[in-house]
Amino acid sequence: MMSKQTAKKETVYIPKKKKEKFSIGRCVVYFLTIGFAILCLYPFAMVIGGSFMTQQEVLDFGFRLIPEDPTLESYNMLLANPGMILNGYRITLTVTVVGTLLSVFVNSMMGYVLSRKQLAGKKFINFYVLFTMLFGGGMVPWYIITTQVYGLTDSIWALILPNLVGAWNIFLVRNYFNSIPSELYESAKVDGAKEFTIFTRIYLPLGKPVIATISLFIALAYWNDWWLGLMLINRDELQPLQMLLRRMMANIQFLQTMPNAPLEVQRMLANVPGDGVRFAMVILTTGPIILLYPFLQKYFIKGIMVGAVKG
Amino acid sequence: MKNKTKQKSRTFQKMKNSWQLYLMALPAMALLFAFSYMPMGGIIIAFKNYRLRDGIFGSAWQDPLFRNFSILFNNPTALRALRNTILLNLLFIIAGTIFALLLTLAINEIVQVRLKKLCQSLTFLPFFISTVVVGVFVSGMLAFEGGTINRLLVNLGFERINFFSSPALWPWILLIIRIWQGAGHTAVIYLATIAGIDETYYEAARLDGATRIQQIKHITLPLLKPTVIIMLLLAVGGIVKADFGFFYNITQDVPLLHATTDVLDTFIFRALRTTGDIGISSAAGLFQSIVGLCMVLVMNHIARKYESESALF
Repeated sequence: MMSKQTAKKETVYIPKKKKEKFSIGRCVVYFLTIGFAILCLYPFAMVIGGSFMTQQEVLDFGFRLIPEDPTLESYNMLLANPGMILNGYRITLTVTVVGTLLSVFVNSMMGYVLSRKQLAGKKFINFYVLFTMLFGGGMVPWYIITTQVYGLTDSIWALILPNLVGAWNIFLVRNYFNSIPSELYESAKVDGAKEFTIFTRIYLPLGKPVIATISLFIALAYWNDWWLGLMLINRDELQPLQMLLRRMMANIQFLQTMPNAPLEVQRMLANVPGDGVRFAMVILTTGPIILLYPFLQKYFIKGIMVGAVKG
Repeated sequence: MKNKTKQKSRTFQKMKNSWQLYLMALPAMALLFAFSYMPMGGIIIAFKNYRLRDGIFGSAWQDPLFRNFSILFNNPTALRALRNTILLNLLFIIAGTIFALLLTLAINEIVQVRLKKLCQSLTFLPFFISTVVVGVFVSGMLAFEGGTINRLLVNLGFERINFFSSPALWPWILLIIRIWQGAGHTAVIYLATIAGIDETYYEAARLDGATRIQQIKHITLPLLKPTVIIMLLLAVGGIVKADFGFFYNITQDVPLLHATTDVLDTFIFRALRTTGDIGISSAAGLFQSIVGLCMVLVMNHIARKYESESALF
């Protein structure tokens, strides 16, 4: 142990670097942080384990991380009539793929436009985009206009179009493209290239990091969306996965909170899928994301970092 | 005189040269117009006595014009929803920011790189699931009969708690869930800022004999301040708005819990979809938007005075 006297104040000692790592304070910090990280993971483990449990085991022992008597009965119940779930997958996959491609294209193109220095009216267009982040008409006008004026209900486009453009993503791309040296742009223009060609041949390839980032976030948003399905879709065959899950939850909640239920309802309750089935449904709807997460998470994190520092 | 016409024709010339760019901007601007600006025009619905068969323009104006608003502010449920919105948002903002900061500093203290990255990844994970899925998690953990929490209580010798009948508990439950889902995401942003801090500051501090805590207090926190302020700005600007999905899906919209969990957005949703009361719901929505805009402008002005780098515009 060394001690050092500072010019003005009390004696402060600098522990040897090795010792610094094992102080009690540090241990506590490590313990709490790792504990919180495990807590973040726990619900997922609970749901995975619970989806493989029999109804009886759930009643007796509650949800376990590792069931004693693993069974596929919940999954069988869900996949007995696979039509509904397969349909949900079809819708969600279509919406995610098409929506992400279109959205990335439109947003990045707009970001490119806003990064061009000599664009006349740039201030106006920038404000036009920015203002949508600051003010909105609200849920009601949006709903009335989308359903009554555009008639955009019960269509796959209803799940794609409303959230296609986002000011935030446009600005992310714009800021990134701003940092690309303009000599590339100028020399291309001198060579007589059209704007669109410059955008697709030069800026998109150079912008891979930011494009990858917004693609991931947009895809995640489309996959997880249930709001558009709730508000704009009535037909069963067009419901995305998250909406199917939501419906399942709503039905169960409704049935479970009815006191003194009449006989038919009691009978229905007996047939209502138990928690195991709900958990299996969660695995089916969110499973793909969880599986992809380990591979994709560093891109998400990097993307947020870039956005945070530059945005 | 001559200069002005020269300027005008130069601008016009610039516009002509930019026609390709305008064309490329068209899809985004058209979609923004359709889904953001048209609804803005729809705020007149709040001043009308909207009837479905008459449409927006056919419906008669309210008499007096602000009638929808006076109904709104005399409606006890609406006022309760407004109170809940503001209080819960304040709770989330304050507690959430503090916790995210603590988490950030804690993760930053981890020296082993792999462990650090693992913690970051795990705490970030809850951000990726939809609120519907979170609702399933919650119902599994808080169920009265077989829920994880209640089983734990019983095993420890305590009484069960009927969570879905106890509105008083829910602000805290929602706070915990909010932190669970959001802390990791916010921490990533803060950690990014910390990563940009010059290592030599810390070295100099160590040479001067500063303890780790002093280093944090005098280097890390002040340099994090701009980022924290921006995040707070954005959050406070939205103080009368709430994440509809969060409240609707996690509480399962159980009426018993509305006393403490009904926020303006769930109130508007019910008025729109269940009771069909367009007047009160559109008035509430317009109220949110206007207050939100004013708040952001005020917050931005304050930020600009205090710390000019932090302002949004």
